[in-house]
Amino acid sequence: MSFTFLLNGETVRIEGEPPTRTLLDWLREARGLTGTKEGCNEGDCGACTVMVTDEDGARALNACILFLPQVAGKAVRTVEGIAGPEGDLHPVQQAMIDHHGSQCGFCTPGFIVSMATAHLNGRTDHDDQLAGNLCRCTGYAPIVRAAEAAAGAPVPKWMRETRPSLRDDISGPEISSGGAAQPRGADSPPASPDYSETAAAWGHRDATAGTGASGRGGPGAGADAFFHPRSADELAAWYEANPDATLVAGATDVGLWVTKGLRDLGEVAFLNQVADLKTLEIGADTIRIGAGVTVTDFGDAVRDLHPDLAELIRRYGSVQVRNAATVGGNIANGSPIGDSPPALIALGATLHLRKGDVRRDLPLEDFFIDYGKQDRQPGEFVEAVSFPRQPDRLRCYKLSKRFDQDISAVCGCFNVTVEDGMVTGARIAFGGMAGIPKRASAVEAAITGKPFTIETAEAALPAFAEDFQPLSDMRASADYRLEAARGMLMRYVREATGARTRVLEVSE
Amino acid sequence: MSVAKPLPHDAAKLHVTGAARYVDDVPVPANALSLAFGLSNVARGRITSMDLDAVRAAPGVVAVLTAADLEHDNDVSPSAHDEPLLAEDDVYYTGQPLFLVVATSHLAARKAARLGKVGIEELPAILSIDDAIAADSRFEEGPRVYAKGDAASAIETAPHTVEGSIEIGGQEHFYLEGQAALALPQEGGDMVVHSSSQHPTEIQHKVAEALGIPMHGVRVEVRRMGGGFGGKESQGNALAVACAVAAAKTGRPCKMRYDRDDDFVITGKRHDFRITYRAGYGDDGVLRGVEFVQYCRCGWAQDLSLPVADRAMLHSDNAYNLRDVRIESHRLKTNTQSATAFRGFGGPQGMVGIERVMDHVAHALGRDPLEVRRANYYAECEGGGDAGGASAPRSAPPSPPEDISGTKIEAGTHEDLSSRGAEGASVPQVGAVHGEPEGVQTTPYHMAVEDFILHGMTARLAETAEYERRRAAVAEWNASNEVLKKGLALTPVKFGISFTLTHLNQAGALVHVYQDGSIHMNHGGTEMGQGLFQKVAQVAADRFGVEVDRVKITATDTGKVPNTSATAASSGSDLNGMAVKAACDEIRDRIAQVVAPELQADPTEVVFAGGEVRANGAAMPFDEAVKRTYVARVSLSATGYYKTPKLEWDRIEGRGRPFFYFAHGAAVSEVVVDTLTGEYRILRTDILHDCGASLNPAIDIGQIEGGFVQGAGWLTTEELVWDDEGRLRTHAPSTYKIPACSDRPRTFNVALWDGRNREDTIYRSKAVGEPPFMLGISVLMALSDAVAACGPGYPALDAPATPERVLAAVRRVRAS
Repeated sequence: MSFTFLLNGETVRIEGEPPTRTLLDWLREARGLTGTKEGCNEGDCGACTVMVTDEDGARALNACILFLPQVAGKAVRTVEGIAGPEGDLHPVQQAMIDHHGSQCGFCTPGFIVSMATAHLNGRTDHDDQLAGNLCRCTGYAPIVRAAEAAAGAPVPKWMRETRPSLRDDISGPEISSGGAAQPRGADSPPASPDYSETAAAWGHRDATAGTGASGRGGPGAGADAFFHPRSADELAAWYEANPDATLVAGATDVGLWVTKGLRDLGEVAFLNQVADLKTLEIGADTIRIGAGVTVTDFGDAVRDLHPDLAELIRRYGSVQVRNAATVGGNIANGSPIGDSPPALIALGATLHLRKGDVRRDLPLEDFFIDYGKQDRQPGEFVEAVSFPRQPDRLRCYKLSKRFDQDISAVCGCFNVTVEDGMVTGARIAFGGMAGIPKRASAVEAAITGKPFTIETAEAALPAFAEDFQPLSDMRASADYRLEAARGMLMRYVREATGARTRVLEVSE
Repeated sequence: MSVAKPLPHDAAKLHVTGAARYVDDVPVPANALSLAFGLSNVARGRITSMDLDAVRAAPGVVAVLTAADLEHDNDVSPSAHDEPLLAEDDVYYTGQPLFLVVATSHLAARKAARLGKVGIEELPAILSIDDAIAADSRFEEGPRVYAKGDAASAIETAPHTVEGSIEIGGQEHFYLEGQAALALPQEGGDMVVHSSSQHPTEIQHKVAEALGIPMHGVRVEVRRMGGGFGGKESQGNALAVACAVAAAKTGRPCKMRYDRDDDFVITGKRHDFRITYRAGYGDDGVLRGVEFVQYCRCGWAQDLSLPVADRAMLHSDNAYNLRDVRIESHRLKTNTQSATAFRGFGGPQGMVGIERVMDHVAHALGRDPLEVRRANYYAECEGGGDAGGASAPRSAPPSPPEDISGTKIEAGTHEDLSSRGAEGASVPQVGAVHGEPEGVQTTPYHMAVEDFILHGMTARLAETAEYERRRAAVAEWNASNEVLKKGLALTPVKFGISFTLTHLNQAGALVHVYQDGSIHMNHGGTEMGQGLFQKVAQVAADRFGVEVDRVKITATDTGKVPNTSATAASSGSDLNGMAVKAACDEIRDRIAQVVAPELQADPTEVVFAGGEVRANGAAMPFDEAVKRTYVARVSLSATGYYKTPKLEWDRIEGRGRPFFYFAHGAAVSEVVVDTLTGEYRILRTDILHDCGASLNPAIDIGQIEGGFVQGAGWLTTEELVWDDEGRLRTHAPSTYKIPACSDRPRTFNVALWDGRNREDTIYRSKAVGEPPFMLGISVLMALSDAVAACGPGYPALDAPATPERVLAAVRRVRAS
């Protein structure tokens, strides 16, 4: 199949490319646009950042884990397109020169695109906007000075291009049947160390376990075959008929199966054009988030309702990752260290699953059965997640070696109801403490019905060992995980008494 | 005057527009091939079988090579010839290249490389420092020992003693551009190689060996690297050699770049250390005697480990006058990646050792660590406290004899003369080391310290950073906050500048002035982001009195300047600046000879300034002077050469003057720690750093800011984790965390000390690449200070001080 998109203002047509070819490879190898760099090939360093514009506006995305069909009908701007058509430098480019923001220069194109996108969107929270761009030379100070200096400059007119209209641009058969299957590295004994935990994985978890992906090309899998549904109904019917297929939403996880695992995904459906999975409803009693809602939009939506959840999401991945990743994907991939499930469980969320025309709901915590195993039938997919509106008592504590753009060692989310000084209800959930996101039931029981005090919390600390027997891995030891989880309960109680507990809120 | 101007990086516009080309961006002919290695998945074993049929059959594969297919040297070591490009019979670490896939694309090569079925009989692996000590697995015959005085007696008779041990983790370079090389076969078997390398001559040497041709058959070009930090001093050899061998075999251009995970798994990192210490001291906090034992984990091959471990010993004093001292260094051989050069080259680890001692002593005495540090400082040099002073060059001691003496090079051993790894090999010792300097303070290796300026710098920094006020504020905060504790620390840096392998302290340059007055400059230094090219171009422009845009900066090229040393040891500007100056001055003198008669002046009176050649009140444009020089049939091209004076060093005895001079700096960092989880932030850092008379203050400040953040990252979030089988579990940015944007200090003030180098360096500047890295130690010590506020015990914080280690330290001090 073929499709078009706008590349630096010029319409380009993609034909005969494998659906899992990344935008980065295509830019560099097919187009000779080598300004966009490969730094890590897994969406962590930002050297490959490009700006993608669609009906929702302009977003920074990592081109290394962005498959070509994901930009169908959109407008892509690379570093080569940030300067004007006459070669005029963009204000962020000039500021980076003036403020000595580049040294080796290899990360610079990615920074420039992130900065230009933030500039276009009027964002001045530079540390957050640039959290997904790693620089090893400058120590970031001159880059932030450049971003600050450019903030007041007007947006150059060439940055405001209109995107081509979406749906008319995809043509041809959606699944071709005669294509040759790609070689499949995944089935062969690896000659190199395994890469299983480069994704949001846990230990030696099979990255595709529980996702429906088979890891091998199905009979219909061809070099350029993929399905691009426009509605949840289309998706439901197709997926029921093709339960071994891989669903690709933001590709922030699946992308690594390809770039690091070197897998052939077999039959693939790209969900980015399923409009009715992207709905986000804030009702009087319930908040319902479609599976295709990006993490960025999720964070924006809950900012006023649950500021601590928004703060957790601010630290989830990076701008580029949040712009691509979806709420449904973060749940469906079943990672024990995904950050949204603990918070959603603490909020009492319900998961909405669908297979064909059959829908079912279950408490989110029940979806996660065991490590790598979810309560999801073949052909069934996450349609939405919802939780009741409630007074904000939610506190989310994300613990990692680095504050920004790091996967949690432990993520603890607390939602405790206190009436007249007594705990009358508690929903406490953790990520990183077990093979699944899991409620701390024994801890909840130990504090419920007790006075909401430091003494109660201290008395409940032994209960953590009943709830969790965490693992040791490269992020944290088992002992530390337990100790930090206990520390989080103490923090929750102390915070309620007005103690200062947040290092991010301290200044010199 | 072009020097001292804060000009932007010469390639800044290319960087911001995406037009700056790195190796993987160089357009290649359509028939170019891509390479990937098949890697060992065991740490130690013997290869019993290699079934590569599936690799050969994979789509796009053109050739698959094993050690048996290599016709000449199978070695990419920069030192002991112990590093085969492809494993022969034995496997020494997880990630070791076993076979080489040559394919039509990068992806095809990577996919095929995973299809190999290599049978390996596993043998017991030596992974940790403890494993290596137990097995006495080491490089060199035994530990090296440097000593001055009698440390053991001094400690015994001292009023107080402390002892302890610190673990100091390694560090992945995480240059944003991974390792890369491109080989283009030429007529007659010659090879042109583009390499992302700090050491083009080393690449040339190893490629020539691998092809079985003289070095003149190989030309290596390096335009720029996307970061190096020492990680591209020797670690690019494997890719360049692989490309050259494959290009020679196939007759097609061959390109190789490591995927990031492969880069982590294959290449060497900073050495991790364990340092144990015992110190005796008085009530004044002054050390009477100190002993260090340094255990250095070198990995499977020698690489540059000997000089790295030497430099760790050489910086065990940091800024402190240790009168009776003994340093014992064990270079341990393990079945892990071969640790390699990394900014500071062992110096940072040695320095952390003595800073830990200062911190520990201060804690034991209940005194402010800054007082203890100052009490132990070397004495200030004359005029040192005054900014701008300390510039008078002293009368030089007699130079060492320059003839080559000592052991002879054995024929046919392919000595890597230009590698730092040659230290410890059979490279002849240059000159004799003179006797003990008398009547002056000396380092533990008996070098006179004559340019110490940290008293003045510390006083200034303590004042501008309001150390005293903030010390009190921190105490007040800690008294009134139970959960969050603050810490503050000021730590100094004194770093020795020069290659400790004395003969590497030389450099060459080639300068052409074209008949239109434009200048083409080339030297042996490589550009990895540090701004070397711009600094040296500023020197060239200044010599000719023209604007810097007249000077064309060109790629480093072994065909233009031969026999270069690695761009390393912070020496790039010192060496190449001087070499370029020499070349420019040569041409300048020739021009002066030509135009002096026309200006009715003596050639010595001719001045090059403001784009003109002036003398005797008359002037002519530089272009015109150049034109006349050409017409007069006088050459406008010259080479330049420089060697650092005054050096003499015996690394076995630990005696001499390995360094031309010292660069200094100091930093104050303040942190806040969460005692419930161990999380922390750097709230503020103030730095005062000594670049002598800076060649380019903007570039120097960039090095200081970046070096500090990288150093702080090393000691905080950057944790390398190997599992029990020797597999590196942190092999990508998803698991290995270098500082991100918001990790820089909340408030970050950097200033340059306004001074001049006492020694006659290029425009009296000082080297700046490595020294600021160690300013990051202030963060580790500030964390120790914060943790110490939680209880009576000493934190004894290991590095990297991850939140986990910080929380463990909190528990420790509370339990005491």
